[in-house]
Amino acid sequence: MYSQKVVDYFMNPRNAGRLDDANAIGEVGNPKCGDVMKIYLKINPETEVIDDIRFETFGCAAAIATSSMVTELAKGRTLENALKITNKEVAEELGGLPPAKLHCSLLAQEGIEAAIADYYMRKDGKLPEGLKFPGNCVACGGGCGEEEEEETFVSEDHRVAE
Amino acid sequence: MAPREVYLDNSATTKVDPRVTAAMQPYFSEKYGNPNSLHKFGREARAAIDKARGQVASLIGAKPTDIIFTGAGSEADNLAIKGAAWALKEKGKGNHIITSAIEHHAILDTVKWLGKTGFEYTILPVDDKGMVSPAELEAAIRPDTILVSIMFANNEVGTIQPIKELGEICRRHGVMFHVDGVQAAGHINIDVSELPVDMMTMAAHKMYGPKGLGALYVRRGIKLIPTLHGGGQEYGLRSGTENVPGIVGFGMAAEIAKERLANGDDKKLAQLRDYFIDGLLARIPESRLTGAEGSDRLPFHTSFTIKYIEGEGMLLLLDAAGIAASSGSACTSGSLEPSYVLLAMGLDHPTAHGSVRLTMSHDTTKEDIDYVLEKFPPIVEKLRAMSPFYNKK
Repeated sequence: MYSQKVVDYFMNPRNAGRLDDANAIGEVGNPKCGDVMKIYLKINPETEVIDDIRFETFGCAAAIATSSMVTELAKGRTLENALKITNKEVAEELGGLPPAKLHCSLLAQEGIEAAIADYYMRKDGKLPEGLKFPGNCVACGGGCGEEEEEETFVSEDHRVAE
Repeated sequence: MAPREVYLDNSATTKVDPRVTAAMQPYFSEKYGNPNSLHKFGREARAAIDKARGQVASLIGAKPTDIIFTGAGSEADNLAIKGAAWALKEKGKGNHIITSAIEHHAILDTVKWLGKTGFEYTILPVDDKGMVSPAELEAAIRPDTILVSIMFANNEVGTIQPIKELGEICRRHGVMFHVDGVQAAGHINIDVSELPVDMMTMAAHKMYGPKGLGALYVRRGIKLIPTLHGGGQEYGLRSGTENVPGIVGFGMAAEIAKERLANGDDKKLAQLRDYFIDGLLARIPESRLTGAEGSDRLPFHTSFTIKYIEGEGMLLLLDAAGIAASSGSACTSGSLEPSYVLLAMGLDHPTAHGSVRLTMSHDTTKEDIDYVLEKFPPIVEKLRAMSPFYNKK
């Protein structure tokens, strides 16, 4: 079900763990849905280049693989360039993701955005124009919603009706 | 040397016992008659089915004519629930059904579907061990209650329900009682001649038999409306030419299961289970057993929650170490919701996402378990090191 590359990035995670001297931290996802991603950045204040990056992720193999991948893609980039990383790019670099796991790549993109937003908040007390904090649960489309789930059994199946 | 392979997903399905395969073999290309035919080929197939029906009946203390073979455990559940609900409603007995929150989808979805076609239902809660309360069942019974369906043992957490007590309540109120025995049959002693059970579902592939074979025990005198119409096979309750090799295999699997129970193999397996549970809880900090313990738990069944991490990662890393397990996490279910069974038992979402189930067979050895106890803790450590929830030093 997973590409070789996803399995590799899950089994041998890149940049996993906490970054003690991080100067920006972003956290996205929702433990209720089973995915929480925390991105630590060490940004050079002079050049605004991401000198170091780590992740901590609670979630399935795809969530860990996309965390791995996005840290690799973002490392060494300027903040401006890091914000250009898209969920599509993360998924493609991993050789694709199963449809049910595509939200993990969105989580990775949002993790970077949240961490960079945190950097600006710490520095300027406000976000530069055009940058927003990604809302929690955006990645999974709020699918875990607080409200009762619609019953999904096929009760209206016309083939069963008389 | 080939890496060790340890299959611990026997609640999903079991290996077909070679004696079962051997018993089935002649019924493919040698004794291939249709059991409904009059000639010799037909008669030998019919005799084989009769023998198998006796073997399956004997496993649970039933009469052979009380056993209906179906194409799956799910089909037997559907026949029991719809067949009884329709028949009882037709007789004007009422239209209310009671079941529990931790039933298999074959029961829950069938009951909910009936709810859309004019029936009413009550879904009973369970306690933190996954146990249905007899008092709550009794309180839920109404004058128009016609049917109660409670599983013998749960697939995800291994908890065995107080079937005798629950059945006695149903008897007292004149309510029909169905039991989904798919996980329990063949693994623990069940005697329907002594239990107040009216119908019970079984599945061959959960007891070292072939897939695609279910059976419904239906106590004599109970009228069901069939879900499949046609040639009137299986006493008119399950039309369709019988799966002769499968039925023969089911019969052999039931015979072997009965022998094993008589030998006390279930007790030996329960000892290995407890060795496994104790070992795992001791080696993995902040792990918990889900479900009941001791004689209230299926002898082959273990299930845990491992805090701070998610189930799918565990399964993939266990798989890489040759260990086959399963999980009730959302990631393995294809939805965002973790196991409804664990949620019904009061677990919070993050903990339920970290569930893992390891279910043994009679082939599982102590060496297998020691291997898992050696391989599992570093896997947990590896995933916890990546978790934002785990407090690292």
